[in-house]
Amino acid sequence: MARPTSPRPLHLGVDLSDAGAHPAAWRTHGSQAQRLFDAERLQQLVDTAQRGTLDLVVIDDSFSLQPTRTTTLRGRLDAALVAARLAPRSRGIGLVPTVATTHTEPFHVSKAIATIDHVSGGRAGWQLGWSADDDDARDTAHFGRRPAVSEAAAVAEAEEAVRAVAALWDSWEDDAEIRDEATHRFVDRSKLHYVEHDGVHFAVKGPSITPRPPQGRPPVVVRVRSDESFGLAARHADVVRISATTRDEALDLRLRLRAAAVAAGREPGDLRVLADAFAVTGPDEASARARLDLLTELDGVRWDTDSLTHVGTARKLTDTFLDWWEIGAVDGFVVRPSSLHTDLDALVDGVVPMLRTARAFREHYAGPTLRDQLGLARPANRFAAIA
Amino acid sequence: MSTPAPRKQIHLGAHFPGVNNTTVWSDPRSGSQIDFASFEHLARRAEAARFDFFFLAEGLRLREHKGQLHDLDVVGRPDTLPVLAALAAVTDRLGLAGTINTTFNEPWELARQFATLDILSGGRAAWNLVTSSDAFTGANFRRGGFLPYEQRYERAAELVQVVRALWDSWDDDAVVAHARTGQFVRPGSIREVRHDGAHFQVRGEFTTPRGPQGHPVLFQAGDSADGRDFATATADVVFSAHSTFEAGQAFFADVKGRLAAHRRTPDQLLILPATTVVLGATAQEAAERSHHIRLQQVPGPTAIAFLEQVWGRDLTDHDPEGPLPRIDPDVENLDITRGRVRHVKDPRTIAAAWREQADANGWSIRQLVIEVTSRGGFVGTPTQVADAIDRHVQEDASDGFILVPHLTPTGLDDVFDQVVPLLQERGSFRTEYTGPTLRHHLGLARPAPRATRSHADRALVG
Repeated sequence: MARPTSPRPLHLGVDLSDAGAHPAAWRTHGSQAQRLFDAERLQQLVDTAQRGTLDLVVIDDSFSLQPTRTTTLRGRLDAALVAARLAPRSRGIGLVPTVATTHTEPFHVSKAIATIDHVSGGRAGWQLGWSADDDDARDTAHFGRRPAVSEAAAVAEAEEAVRAVAALWDSWEDDAEIRDEATHRFVDRSKLHYVEHDGVHFAVKGPSITPRPPQGRPPVVVRVRSDESFGLAARHADVVRISATTRDEALDLRLRLRAAAVAAGREPGDLRVLADAFAVTGPDEASARARLDLLTELDGVRWDTDSLTHVGTARKLTDTFLDWWEIGAVDGFVVRPSSLHTDLDALVDGVVPMLRTARAFREHYAGPTLRDQLGLARPANRFAAIA
Repeated sequence: MSTPAPRKQIHLGAHFPGVNNTTVWSDPRSGSQIDFASFEHLARRAEAARFDFFFLAEGLRLREHKGQLHDLDVVGRPDTLPVLAALAAVTDRLGLAGTINTTFNEPWELARQFATLDILSGGRAAWNLVTSSDAFTGANFRRGGFLPYEQRYERAAELVQVVRALWDSWDDDAVVAHARTGQFVRPGSIREVRHDGAHFQVRGEFTTPRGPQGHPVLFQAGDSADGRDFATATADVVFSAHSTFEAGQAFFADVKGRLAAHRRTPDQLLILPATTVVLGATAQEAAERSHHIRLQQVPGPTAIAFLEQVWGRDLTDHDPEGPLPRIDPDVENLDITRGRVRHVKDPRTIAAAWREQADANGWSIRQLVIEVTSRGGFVGTPTQVADAIDRHVQEDASDGFILVPHLTPTGLDDVFDQVVPLLQERGSFRTEYTGPTLRHHLGLARPAPRATRSHADRALVG
C-alpha cells in the first residue's frame, strides 16, 4: 500500500561492530570470524549497506578489551582508522566511528574526524565515546595518567571536548586558502582563528592544522544512556541514538529531547533521533526464532538487549519501523544486526525495498555528504564575519 | 677486473610535499595539499614505480612569524594516520609511513593506531618518530609544554618500549576463531602488560591483535646526538638530511658503526636521506630548471621573512632585490618565528658571514637566501641522476633516498617515468615487489614473537 511521500524521510544506520550484535554471532555459519579484522570483510559490509542507500554505518570502539564474561570474541581495531580505510571505495554512505574524549586530545580528535571527512568527500560523523568508572572501563589503568571519573564527570568532559573540537573545525573559514600570487600569500590569515578554548578540563589554542571539513562540522552522534548523556545529546547532538523497547517510550524520549534542545536554544528540527533496533530476521518467523535459539544455545545465556528487538520477518520489521516512524516516535533507526552476515542482507534486500514502496525511504542518495542524507544544512562558521 | 659483487638494492620513498617554502604553490600545476585525490595520485604512481613507501609528515601548530600566522608558504594539512589508512584502500604493496610526535601522544593509543594501520594495510605501516618539547606546540594540548628539552628522547624511548610491549602482548596466532568450541582466542595468548616507568604507568590487556609486521617499521628523523643514539639503539630507518657524497659516507659509517654496541648488524638500520631531483634533457637544461624552481621557492617576501628570522627584526622596508641590511640582528628577539627549528649559532656571526658572502658575489637578499638555503639534491639528465643515486648506494653513502618533490601531487612523475627504469636496468632497483610487507621491501626481519625472546624483553622493560 503506497503512502504519500513524507517530507520527513526515515533514516537508517547500521552498526558494523564485531560480527554482529549478538555475542555468539561469530560462531554462526558464514560469519567469516577468521577474517574479523580484515579490511576487505568490512568493505563488503559497507558495499552492502551502500546498496541499500543506508544513511550511515557506525563503528564502535573502546580502549578496553572486551571482558571475558560478556563475550568470547576479543579484539578491536581503532574505529577512526577503520572509517578512513573504508572511505575511498564507498560513496554516499556516512562513516561514523566512535572516538573517545576521556583520555584523548581534542586537537587530535578534531583533525582525525576532519580528515575522515576530507578523504570521504564529506561523509564523516563522530560518535562520542567516553569512559566512566565502571567494571568494563579499565582505560584509566591503560593510560595511567589520572584517576577514574564518574559518568557525570566523563560526560562533562565529553561536552567540553565537543565544544573545543567544533571550534577547531570552524577555526579555518571556508575561503581561507587564497593562493594570491600578487602578494605571495597562500592563506588570508584573517580567516584563520585562534579558538582560545580555556575550559575546566583542558585549554586549546588553535587554529587547527587541518582546513575546515567539507561538511563544515561533521554530524555529532550521541548515545543516550544516562541523564547526563541525555543533556549532552539535547545540547550538542545532530544524531541521537536512543534505546526504547516500546513506541510510546521512544515517542516520550524524542519529544523530551526536542524540548530540551529548544530550551538549549536549538531548532528541534536539527535533531535526528534514531532508536537502536536489534534484528534477528528470517524468511518466516519460525526460522528467525530458530536462529535466535541457536545463538542462545551457543552463548549459553538469554540474549539481553536494552532496546527494540525484532525476531521475525523483514515484512514485520518494516511494519514496526513504519509504525514507530509515522507517529513521530523516531526519525529512524540504527539497526544492530544479530549477525552481520545474515541480518544486513535481510535489511538491505528485504526491509529497504518495502520501505521504498511505502515511500518512506530514499531510492537514491540525496547528495554526496552525510549531512545531505540526514537533511541537515551545512552549518555557518562561528568565526565568519556576518556580511 | 674481478667479478662484480651483487648490487646493493636501492630503497626509495616518495615524500608528500610539506608546508615549508620548498613546496611551490604558485606554479599553475600545483594541486591541492588536502584533497584525497592528491595523496592517491602520488601513492599510486609510487606503487606503480615499485617504491618502498609513501611518506607523510606532520606538524601540530601552524607556524607564526612576527606574532602572526605565517602566510607565505603552504598552510594546512590533514591528519597523518587517517590519510595513510585511506591510502591502504587504493594501494596493495606500497609502505605507508607517517610522522607522529611522541610528546603529545600516549603509548596505549599510539600502539593501537599503528597496529590497526598495519592490519588494515596488510603489513605496510611505518612510524616516523619525532619529539618536541616546546610550549608553543604544547598550547594545543592538555599538558602544554610539560616536557623538559633534555627528556624528550628519554620519554620517546620509554614510549617505544611500552608500545612494543603492547604489540607483543598478543601472540601472532592468538585469534583461532573456533566456532565449534567457542574459542575465539587461544587461552593464554593475550598477556596483560604492566609497565611502571618514569614517564608512563600502563597496565591492562591490549585491545588489538599483533599486526602482520609484528612491529610496524620505526623511522627516526632527529639529527641531534640524542636522536642519533636513539636511532642506533631503537629505529629501523634513519631519515637523515642529504648532504654531499663524502659527508653521506661519513654519516653512514658513523651510524652503522654504532650498531654493534647495541648488538645490531648494519643491515638492521637503513639510512635514507631526504633529497630532491630536478631533471632536464641536458645538464644545462636541468640546471636552468633547478634555478627556476629555486626562484619560485624564494619569492621576495619569503626572502625577507627568512632574513627576519636571523635578524629578529622587521625588515619589510628592505628591497629583496637589493643589498643585505646594514643594521645588526636584535639578539633579544630570537623567537620571531615559532613552530620551526631555530638556528643555534649567534645571529650576529651569521649576519656578518652572509654580508661578506653577498658583498663578495654581488648578491641581493633574495640571491643570498637562495644560495644559503640550497640543499643540493640531484640535478641533471635522467642518466646522470640515476648514476648519482646508484653511486650513493653502491658506495655506502646511503641505503637509498626519500624523494621530496616541489610540486603537489605530480612532482615525482618525471622521476618515476625517467629515472626509475634506469635504476631497474642497472639491477639496482626492484622491478616487482617480492613480498607483501614493508619489512619485506626494506629487507628487515620480522621481530620474533614474545615467546622466543622473553629474555630480551625483560631486559628491555627492566
